[in-house]
Amino acid sequence: MISIYSFLLETLTAINAAPSFTVIEAVLSASMQEMDVSVWRGDASGGGLEHFRVPAEESQTILDVVAWIQQYADPTLSYRYACRVGMCGSCAMMVNGVPRWTCRTHVKKVLKDNAITIEPLRNLPVIKDLAADMDPFFDKWVAAGGVHHPTKTRNEPIEILDPKTPERVETDTGIECINCSVCYAACDTVSSNVDFLGPAALQRAWTIYLDPKDADPNVILDAVSGKGGCHNCHSQGSCTLHCPNGLNPMKAIAGLKRATVASFFKGGR
Amino acid sequence: MLGLRLYMAQRLSAMVMIPLTLGHIAVMIYAIQGGLSAAEILGRTKGSVVWFLFYGLFVLAVSLHASIGLRVIVHETLGLKGRGLEIFMWLSGILLLATGLRALFAVTL
Repeated sequence: MISIYSFLLETLTAINAAPSFTVIEAVLSASMQEMDVSVWRGDASGGGLEHFRVPAEESQTILDVVAWIQQYADPTLSYRYACRVGMCGSCAMMVNGVPRWTCRTHVKKVLKDNAITIEPLRNLPVIKDLAADMDPFFDKWVAAGGVHHPTKTRNEPIEILDPKTPERVETDTGIECINCSVCYAACDTVSSNVDFLGPAALQRAWTIYLDPKDADPNVILDAVSGKGGCHNCHSQGSCTLHCPNGLNPMKAIAGLKRATVASFFKGGR
Repeated sequence: MLGLRLYMAQRLSAMVMIPLTLGHIAVMIYAIQGGLSAAEILGRTKGSVVWFLFYGLFVLAVSLHASIGLRVIVHETLGLKGRGLEIFMWLSGILLLATGLRALFAVTL
Protein backbone atom coordinates (compact mmCIF):
# COMPACT_ATOMS: atom_id res chain seq x y z
CA MET A 1 0.00 0.00 0.00
CA ILE A 2 1.30 3.45 -0.92
CA SER A 3 1.37 5.79 2.06
CA ILE A 4 0.30 9.43 1.79
CA TYR A 5 3.88 10.42 2.50
CA SER A 6 5.30 8.50 -0.43
CA PHE A 7 2.47 9.77 -2.69
CA LEU A 8 3.32 13.39 -1.81
CA LEU A 9 7.00 12.70 -2.27
CA GLU A 10 6.38 11.31 -5.75
CA THR A 11 4.18 14.24 -6.71
CA LEU A 12 6.70 16.78 -5.49
CA THR A 13 9.49 15.00 -7.32
CA ALA A 14 7.41 15.12 -10.50
CA ILE A 15 6.95 18.88 -10.15
CA ASN A 16 10.63 19.41 -9.46
CA ALA A 17 11.48 17.42 -12.56
CA ALA A 18 10.68 20.51 -14.57
CA PRO A 19 13.59 22.93 -14.98
CA SER A 20 13.83 25.20 -11.95
CA PHE A 21 13.76 28.26 -14.28
CA THR A 22 9.97 28.11 -14.28
CA VAL A 23 9.86 28.16 -10.50
CA ILE A 24 12.31 31.05 -10.28
CA GLU A 25 10.36 33.03 -12.87
CA ALA A 26 7.14 32.45 -10.98
CA VAL A 27 8.72 33.61 -7.75
CA LEU A 28 10.20 36.66 -9.46
CA SER A 29 6.99 37.65 -11.16
CA ALA A 30 5.13 37.25 -7.86
CA SER A 31 7.62 39.51 -6.12
CA MET A 32 7.38 42.08 -8.88
CA GLN A 33 3.60 42.28 -8.76
CA GLU A 34 2.39 45.79 -8.34
CA MET A 35 -0.76 47.26 -6.89
CA ASP A 36 -2.65 50.45 -7.59
CA VAL A 37 -2.41 52.85 -4.69
CA SER A 38 -4.44 56.07 -4.63
CA VAL A 39 -3.12 58.59 -2.13
CA TRP A 40 -4.83 61.84 -1.16
CA ARG A 41 -2.54 64.78 -1.80
CA GLY A 42 -3.27 68.34 -0.78
CA ASP A 43 -3.65 70.63 2.21
CA ALA A 44 -6.30 72.53 4.15
CA SER A 45 -7.36 74.37 0.99
CA GLY A 46 -8.18 71.16 -0.88
CA GLY A 47 -6.68 68.33 -2.88
CA GLY A 48 -7.37 65.04 -4.60
CA LEU A 49 -6.21 61.49 -5.18
CA GLU A 50 -2.86 60.78 -6.83
CA HIS A 51 -2.10 57.33 -8.23
CA PHE A 52 1.02 55.23 -7.68
CA ARG A 53 2.16 51.73 -8.67
CA VAL A 54 3.71 50.11 -5.61
CA PRO A 55 5.45 46.70 -5.58
CA ALA A 56 3.56 44.09 -3.58
CA GLU A 57 5.59 42.31 -0.93
CA GLU A 58 5.05 39.66 1.67
CA SER A 59 3.84 40.84 5.11
CA GLN A 60 3.42 44.39 3.82
CA THR A 61 1.53 46.96 5.89
CA ILE A 62 -0.26 50.08 4.68
CA LEU A 63 2.42 52.14 6.43
CA ASP A 64 5.04 50.22 4.39
CA VAL A 65 3.18 51.23 1.24
CA VAL A 66 3.10 54.89 2.24
CA ALA A 67 6.79 54.78 3.21
CA TRP A 68 7.68 53.16 -0.14
CA ILE A 69 5.90 55.93 -2.06
CA GLN A 70 7.72 58.60 -0.07
CA GLN A 71 11.12 56.91 -0.42
CA TYR A 72 10.97 55.73 -4.04
CA ALA A 73 8.22 57.64 -5.86
CA ASP A 74 7.61 61.07 -4.34
CA PRO A 75 9.69 62.39 -1.41
CA THR A 76 7.27 65.31 -0.93
CA LEU A 77 4.56 63.02 0.40
CA SER A 78 3.76 63.97 4.01
CA TYR A 79 2.49 61.51 6.60
CA ARG A 80 2.88 60.83 10.31
CA TYR A 81 4.19 57.80 12.15
CA ALA A 82 6.48 56.96 15.04
CA CYS A 83 6.64 53.56 16.68
CA ARG A 84 5.47 51.30 13.79
CA VAL A 85 4.28 48.68 16.29
CA GLY A 86 0.79 49.87 17.24
CA MET A 87 1.68 51.71 20.42
CA CYS A 88 1.96 55.41 19.66
CA GLY A 89 -1.26 56.05 17.74
CA SER A 90 0.40 58.34 15.20
CA CYS A 91 -0.17 56.63 11.88
CA ALA A 92 -3.96 56.30 11.62
CA MET A 93 -5.37 57.04 8.16
CA MET A 94 -8.44 56.26 6.11
CA VAL A 95 -7.82 53.06 4.15
CA ASN A 96 -10.46 52.30 1.53
CA GLY A 97 -12.74 54.69 3.42
CA VAL A 98 -12.22 53.00 6.81
CA PRO A 99 -10.11 54.46 9.64
CA ARG A 100 -7.24 52.12 10.52
CA TRP A 101 -3.88 52.08 12.27
CA THR A 102 -1.74 51.70 9.19
CA CYS A 103 1.31 50.16 10.87
CA ARG A 104 -0.72 47.13 11.95
CA THR A 105 -2.93 46.84 8.88
CA HIS A 106 -1.73 44.24 6.41
CA VAL A 107 -2.18 45.06 2.74
CA LYS A 108 -3.60 41.61 2.04
CA LYS A 109 -6.39 42.31 4.53
CA VAL A 110 -7.65 45.41 2.73
CA LEU A 111 -6.52 45.01 -0.90
CA LYS A 112 -9.57 45.13 -3.17
CA ASP A 113 -9.24 44.48 -6.91
CA ASN A 114 -5.50 44.98 -6.45
CA ALA A 115 -6.11 48.58 -5.37
CA ILE A 116 -5.98 50.62 -2.15
CA THR A 117 -7.09 54.16 -1.41
CA ILE A 118 -5.31 55.98 1.42
CA GLU A 119 -6.62 59.30 2.74
CA PRO A 120 -6.07 61.47 5.84
CA LEU A 121 -8.25 60.81 8.90
CA ARG A 122 -11.87 61.87 8.58
CA ASN A 123 -13.39 64.56 10.85
CA LEU A 124 -10.08 66.40 11.30
CA PRO A 125 -8.52 69.27 9.35
CA VAL A 126 -5.67 68.32 7.03
CA ILE A 127 -2.20 69.77 7.49
CA LYS A 128 -0.74 68.23 4.36
CA ASP A 129 -1.38 65.03 2.39
CA LEU A 130 -1.94 62.21 4.88
CA ALA A 131 -1.08 64.20 8.02
CA ALA A 132 -4.26 65.30 9.80
CA ASP A 133 -4.29 68.11 12.34
CA MET A 134 -4.92 66.39 15.70
CA ASP A 135 -5.50 69.62 17.66
CA PRO A 136 -9.34 69.43 17.79
CA PHE A 137 -9.07 65.83 18.96
CA PHE A 138 -6.77 66.67 21.87
CA ASP A 139 -8.56 69.94 22.70
CA LYS A 140 -11.73 67.93 23.24
CA TRP A 141 -9.76 65.42 25.32
CA VAL A 142 -9.08 68.28 27.75
CA ALA A 143 -12.59 69.74 27.43
CA ALA A 144 -14.13 66.40 28.45
CA GLY A 145 -12.50 66.71 31.86
CA GLY A 146 -9.99 63.97 31.25
CA VAL A 147 -7.52 65.44 33.70
CA HIS A 148 -6.71 63.85 37.03
CA HIS A 149 -7.76 65.87 40.08
CA PRO A 150 -5.38 64.74 42.81
CA THR A 151 -6.38 63.95 46.38
CA LYS A 152 -2.84 63.72 47.71
CA THR A 153 0.49 65.46 47.35
CA ARG A 154 3.69 63.83 46.13
CA ASN A 155 4.95 63.62 49.70
CA GLU A 156 2.25 61.21 50.77
CA PRO A 157 2.50 57.45 50.19
CA ILE A 158 0.90 56.00 47.07
CA GLU A 159 -2.67 54.88 47.64
CA ILE A 160 -3.10 51.15 47.17
CA LEU A 161 -6.09 50.20 45.02
CA ASP A 162 -7.85 46.85 44.89
CA PRO A 163 -7.72 45.72 41.24
CA LYS A 164 -10.83 43.59 41.71
CA THR A 165 -13.37 46.29 42.55
CA PRO A 166 -16.12 46.67 39.87
CA GLU A 167 -15.00 50.26 39.19
CA ARG A 168 -11.41 49.21 38.62
CA VAL A 169 -12.42 46.24 36.44
CA GLU A 170 -14.55 48.61 34.35
CA THR A 171 -11.69 51.14 34.19
CA ASP A 172 -9.33 48.45 32.92
CA THR A 173 -11.51 48.02 29.82
CA GLY A 174 -10.95 51.64 28.81
CA ILE A 175 -7.39 52.62 29.63
CA GLU A 176 -5.50 51.04 26.74
CA CYS A 177 -6.40 53.92 24.41
CA ILE A 178 -3.43 54.99 22.25
CA ASN A 179 -5.05 58.31 21.14
CA CYS A 180 -4.95 57.27 17.48
CA SER A 181 -8.24 59.08 16.72
CA VAL A 182 -9.59 56.14 14.72
CA CYS A 183 -12.81 56.24 16.77
CA TYR A 184 -13.07 60.01 16.27
CA ALA A 185 -12.70 59.55 12.51
CA ALA A 186 -15.24 56.72 12.50
CA CYS A 187 -17.89 58.67 14.44
CA ASP A 188 -20.82 59.98 12.37
CA THR A 189 -21.95 62.16 15.27
CA VAL A 190 -18.60 63.98 15.25
CA SER A 191 -18.96 64.60 11.52
CA SER A 192 -22.45 66.07 11.87
CA ASN A 193 -22.01 67.82 15.22
CA VAL A 194 -18.73 69.72 15.49
CA ASP A 195 -19.15 70.33 19.22
CA PHE A 196 -19.37 66.63 20.10
CA LEU A 197 -16.42 65.66 22.27
CA GLY A 198 -16.04 62.28 20.60
CA PRO A 199 -15.57 58.70 21.78
CA ALA A 200 -11.92 58.77 22.93
CA ALA A 201 -12.25 61.90 25.09
CA LEU A 202 -15.45 60.63 26.69
CA GLN A 203 -13.95 57.23 27.36
CA ARG A 204 -11.00 58.91 29.04
CA ALA A 205 -13.42 60.98 31.15
CA TRP A 206 -15.27 57.78 32.11
CA THR A 207 -12.11 56.06 33.37
CA ILE A 208 -11.14 59.11 35.43
CA TYR A 209 -14.67 59.41 36.79
CA LEU A 210 -14.36 55.83 38.04
CA ASP A 211 -10.97 56.45 39.64
CA PRO A 212 -11.33 56.45 43.45
CA LYS A 213 -8.19 58.61 43.62
CA ASP A 214 -9.88 61.42 41.69
CA ALA A 215 -10.88 64.26 43.99
CA ASP A 216 -13.81 65.66 42.07
CA PRO A 217 -15.81 63.32 39.81
CA ASN A 218 -18.59 65.90 39.59
CA VAL A 219 -16.28 68.18 37.61
CA ILE A 220 -16.09 65.41 35.03
CA LEU A 221 -19.87 64.94 34.98
CA ASP A 222 -20.28 68.69 34.39
CA ALA A 223 -17.68 68.61 31.61
CA VAL A 224 -19.47 65.78 29.78
CA SER A 225 -22.96 67.26 30.26
CA GLY A 226 -22.48 70.36 28.12
CA LYS A 227 -23.72 71.03 24.62
CA GLY A 228 -21.11 68.72 23.07
CA GLY A 229 -21.25 66.13 25.82
CA CYS A 230 -22.03 62.44 26.06
CA HIS A 231 -25.78 62.99 25.58
CA ASN A 232 -25.20 63.75 21.91
CA CYS A 233 -24.00 60.20 21.21
CA HIS A 234 -26.46 58.17 19.11
CA SER A 235 -24.86 54.85 20.13
CA GLN A 236 -24.21 53.90 16.51
CA GLY A 237 -21.12 52.02 17.66
CA SER A 238 -18.65 52.90 14.88
CA CYS A 239 -16.08 53.76 17.57
CA THR A 240 -16.30 50.31 19.08
CA LEU A 241 -16.35 48.62 15.68
CA HIS A 242 -13.19 50.32 14.45
CA CYS A 243 -11.10 50.72 17.64
CA PRO A 244 -7.82 48.96 16.78
CA ASN A 245 -7.26 48.04 20.42
CA GLY A 246 -10.66 46.42 20.79
CA LEU A 247 -11.91 49.00 23.30
CA ASN A 248 -15.58 49.89 23.71
CA PRO A 249 -16.01 53.68 23.92
CA MET A 250 -19.75 53.30 23.28
CA LYS A 251 -20.03 51.41 26.58
CA ALA A 252 -18.02 54.12 28.35
CA ILE A 253 -20.35 56.81 26.97
CA ALA A 254 -23.35 54.78 28.11
CA GLY A 255 -21.72 54.69 31.56
CA LEU A 256 -21.37 58.47 31.57
CA LYS A 257 -25.01 58.84 30.52
CA ARG A 258 -26.08 56.64 33.43
CA ALA A 259 -23.86 58.54 35.87
CA THR A 260 -25.16 61.94 34.73
CA VAL A 261 -28.79 60.78 34.88
CA ALA A 262 -28.24 59.45 38.42
CA SER A 263 -26.61 62.76 39.33
CA PHE A 264 -29.58 64.63 37.78
CA PHE A 265 -32.06 62.81 40.01
CA LYS A 266 -29.88 63.10 43.11
CA GLY A 267 -28.87 66.71 42.94
CA GLY A 268 -31.01 68.31 40.25
CA ARG A 269 -27.89 68.92 38.19
CA MET B 1 -26.18 71.02 21.06
CA LEU B 2 -27.88 68.62 23.47
CA GLY B 3 -27.08 69.13 27.15
CA LEU B 4 -28.21 67.06 30.12
CA ARG B 5 -31.46 68.99 30.70
CA LEU B 6 -32.75 68.57 27.15
CA TYR B 7 -31.59 64.93 27.18
CA MET B 8 -33.55 64.28 30.39
CA ALA B 9 -36.60 66.14 29.10
CA GLN B 10 -36.61 64.00 25.96
CA ARG B 11 -36.06 60.70 27.81
CA LEU B 12 -38.65 61.41 30.49
CA SER B 13 -41.24 62.53 27.93
CA ALA B 14 -40.52 59.32 26.01
CA MET B 15 -41.25 57.29 29.13
CA VAL B 16 -44.54 59.14 29.59
CA MET B 17 -45.42 58.55 25.94
CA ILE B 18 -44.94 54.75 26.01
CA PRO B 19 -48.16 53.86 27.90
CA LEU B 20 -50.06 56.77 26.31
CA THR B 21 -49.13 55.64 22.79
CA LEU B 22 -50.21 52.07 23.54
CA GLY B 23 -53.46 53.41 25.02
CA HIS B 24 -54.03 55.63 22.00
CA ILE B 25 -53.51 52.73 19.57
CA ALA B 26 -55.82 50.52 21.63
CA VAL B 27 -58.51 53.22 21.58
CA MET B 28 -58.22 53.62 17.79
CA ILE B 29 -58.51 49.87 17.21
CA TYR B 30 -61.46 49.65 19.62
CA ALA B 31 -63.27 52.55 17.95
CA ILE B 32 -62.84 51.09 14.47
CA GLN B 33 -63.64 47.49 15.46
CA GLY B 34 -66.77 48.57 17.24
CA GLY B 35 -67.83 50.72 14.29
CA LEU B 36 -68.29 53.85 16.35
CA SER B 37 -69.28 56.99 14.44
CA ALA B 38 -67.57 60.34 14.98
CA ALA B 39 -70.63 61.57 16.84
CA GLU B 40 -70.56 58.55 19.14
CA ILE B 41 -66.86 59.03 19.87
CA LEU B 42 -67.36 62.72 20.62
CA GLY B 43 -70.30 61.78 22.83
CA ARG B 44 -67.92 59.78 24.98
CA THR B 45 -64.98 62.20 25.00
CA LYS B 46 -66.80 65.52 25.42
CA GLY B 47 -66.79 66.58 29.02
CA SER B 48 -64.61 63.65 30.09
CA VAL B 49 -61.93 64.61 32.58
CA VAL B 50 -60.14 61.28 32.04
CA TRP B 51 -59.80 61.75 28.26
CA PHE B 52 -58.83 65.39 28.78
CA LEU B 53 -56.00 64.37 31.12
CA PHE B 54 -55.00 61.39 28.94
CA TYR B 55 -54.69 63.37 25.70
CA GLY B 56 -53.59 66.57 27.45
CA LEU B 57 -50.58 64.76 28.90
CA PHE B 58 -49.98 63.10 25.55
CA VAL B 59 -49.92 66.45 23.73
CA LEU B 60 -47.52 67.93 26.26
CA ALA B 61 -45.16 64.94 26.08
CA VAL B 62 -45.23 64.86 22.27
CA SER B 63 -44.53 68.60 21.99
CA LEU B 64 -41.57 68.31 24.32
CA HIS B 65 -40.18 65.09 22.86
CA ALA B 66 -40.62 65.92 19.18
CA SER B 67 -39.27 69.46 19.35
CA ILE B 68 -36.04 68.25 20.99
CA GLY B 69 -35.78 65.42 18.45
CA LEU B 70 -36.29 67.88 15.58
CA ARG B 71 -33.60 70.09 17.12
CA VAL B 72 -31.10 67.23 16.88
CA ILE B 73 -32.10 66.29 13.33
CA VAL B 74 -32.01 69.87 12.05
CA HIS B 75 -28.63 70.53 13.68
CA GLU B 76 -27.01 67.36 12.39
CA THR B 77 -28.46 67.37 8.88
CA LEU B 78 -28.84 71.09 8.07
CA GLY B 79 -26.17 72.51 10.37
CA LEU B 80 -28.49 75.01 12.06
CA LYS B 81 -27.00 76.14 15.39
CA GLY B 82 -26.93 78.88 18.01
CA ARG B 83 -29.91 81.17 18.37
CA GLY B 84 -31.47 79.91 15.13
CA LEU B 85 -31.54 76.37 16.52
CA GLU B 86 -33.11 77.55 19.80
CA ILE B 87 -35.81 79.50 17.93
CA PHE B 88 -36.51 76.51 15.68
CA MET B 89 -36.90 74.18 18.67
CA TRP B 90 -39.22 76.50 20.56
CA LEU B 91 -41.32 77.33 17.48
CA SER B 92 -41.76 73.66 16.56
CA GLY B 93 -42.65 72.86 20.18
CA ILE B 94 -45.17 75.71 20.38
CA LEU B 95 -46.68 74.72 17.01
CA LEU B 96 -47.10 71.10 18.13
CA LEU B 97 -48.54 72.22 21.45
CA ALA B 98 -50.98 74.66 19.85
CA THR B 99 -52.29 72.21 17.26
CA GLY B 100 -52.42 69.43 19.84
CA LEU B 101 -54.31 71.54 22.38
CA ARG B 102 -56.70 72.74 19.66
CA ALA B 103 -57.59 69.11 18.89
CA LEU B 104 -57.76 68.27 22.61
CA PHE B 105 -60.17 71.10 23.35
CA ALA B 106 -62.28 70.20 20.32
CA VAL B 107 -62.88 66.63 21.43
CA THR B 108 -63.00 66.94 25.20
CA LEU B 109 -64.49 70.34 26.07
